[in-house]
Amino acid sequence: MRGARLAILIILLGLAGAGFQAGLVSKAGLGTWVAALLTLAIFSFLYRDNPVYKLAEHIFIGIAAGYFVALEYWNVFLPNLWKPLVAGLEHIEYSPLPHFPNMILLIPFALGILLFTRFFPRVAWLSRWSMAAMIGSYSGLAIIGALQGDLVAQIRANMVPLYSREALTAFGNDGTESLLFGLLELLRNPLIIVGLLTTLIYFFFSREHKGGLGVAAKIGIWFLMISFGASFGYTVMSRVSLLIGRLHFLLSDWLGIVR
Amino acid sequence: MKNEVPVVVAFFTGMLMVVSLFIPHPVVSTPASVVRQWAIIITAFAYVLGVANIARISLHNVKRRQRDWQYKAALVFALATMATIGIALGIESGGVFDWIYLNMYVPMQATMFSLLAFYIASAAYRAFRARSPEATFLLVTAAIVMLGRVPIGEKIWSGFPGLTEWIMEVPNMAAKRGIMIGAALGAISTGLKMILGLERSYLGGD
Repeated sequence: MRGARLAILIILLGLAGAGFQAGLVSKAGLGTWVAALLTLAIFSFLYRDNPVYKLAEHIFIGIAAGYFVALEYWNVFLPNLWKPLVAGLEHIEYSPLPHFPNMILLIPFALGILLFTRFFPRVAWLSRWSMAAMIGSYSGLAIIGALQGDLVAQIRANMVPLYSREALTAFGNDGTESLLFGLLELLRNPLIIVGLLTTLIYFFFSREHKGGLGVAAKIGIWFLMISFGASFGYTVMSRVSLLIGRLHFLLSDWLGIVR
Repeated sequence: MKNEVPVVVAFFTGMLMVVSLFIPHPVVSTPASVVRQWAIIITAFAYVLGVANIARISLHNVKRRQRDWQYKAALVFALATMATIGIALGIESGGVFDWIYLNMYVPMQATMFSLLAFYIASAAYRAFRARSPEATFLLVTAAIVMLGRVPIGEKIWSGFPGLTEWIMEVPNMAAKRGIMIGAALGAISTGLKMILGLERSYLGGD
């Protein structure tokens, strides 16, 4: 049984190879077919969890993992570690002994290798040194990033006047719609200030949300709900847009029904 | 050695990053940039460690013929093929690696995300039942944002795109800023706890 399956697989691969070689199947055409079949395999989950979907799902995980390994190899390992480390070997003809100008890079190389001690329980603790170097560096970078990018920048962006002259003159006199948008423009800055303050009060858990604090926290929840609703609407639109894209690919690129 | 050295390493690497912000002198910024490069290199190894762990667990599953071992075999085959092709043949556009990326990875990823369009409908039904003022805010905002982003919305009322823009720029922005400021404070305090050795969960057991 296993031999028969293997034979069928070899025949199919041979046919595909022969077709490819003879120009019967173009590289682009084969790509469209593969993409279409994998798309249908993933869509089959809409019926229920099934072997075809599971196979596609596992292939996807494998490809994604392999993709990132190759990416790390070319974008990080070679340019940042390997090439600088062996650069000294280029001068071997001028010197009896190769010299390594970036010997210090042996430290991150060793720390990287030490990570793999996690596979050996007796020496697994050695991987903590590498983890510590990583966690320490990224914690420091996270502090700087959060300070500069989020905390200070967001507080500064919220330092706005309660109203602006432009907002006062934004009222048009050509109908209800213009009046509505004029009013909304007038409310822009006050709502941004109130929204931020009440949202922060909602996240302040050191005191019970009662009285004035409770009212402010309640208003904060309303702002949060508006934000979640907006995010939800955006997510729905992006997913539907992706779905339209996949259906268009199947009907246009693959089947050629839609032009 | 097991606990003290990692805490000291985390303290020095973390403090170096923080201090380099406040003292922009080569005495501090040069070692800081070196350590930053080291962190990038170690992170690359960590990626490979994660992938090696997936392969190890999957191969263990295949060897013992455990449940769904056939799929695990497909996973390992796909992983090994993609990694080998990428490392051996390169990742330039137009190559085999690029072909697999464009015709297998991208369509599957897009389709997986597009599946959510179906499930989000049932989630919306549960979330959007206007049983309280909060749920009503959620429902109305989501409806306006969706209508403001499609041509039919503009056909119904020409003000929908403008109203959507206002919602995104005013109440949505105000709440997002609150969340971002809270998250930044959380990130800073967690980072400091890590650097000062008060938070050691990354060391694991023992």
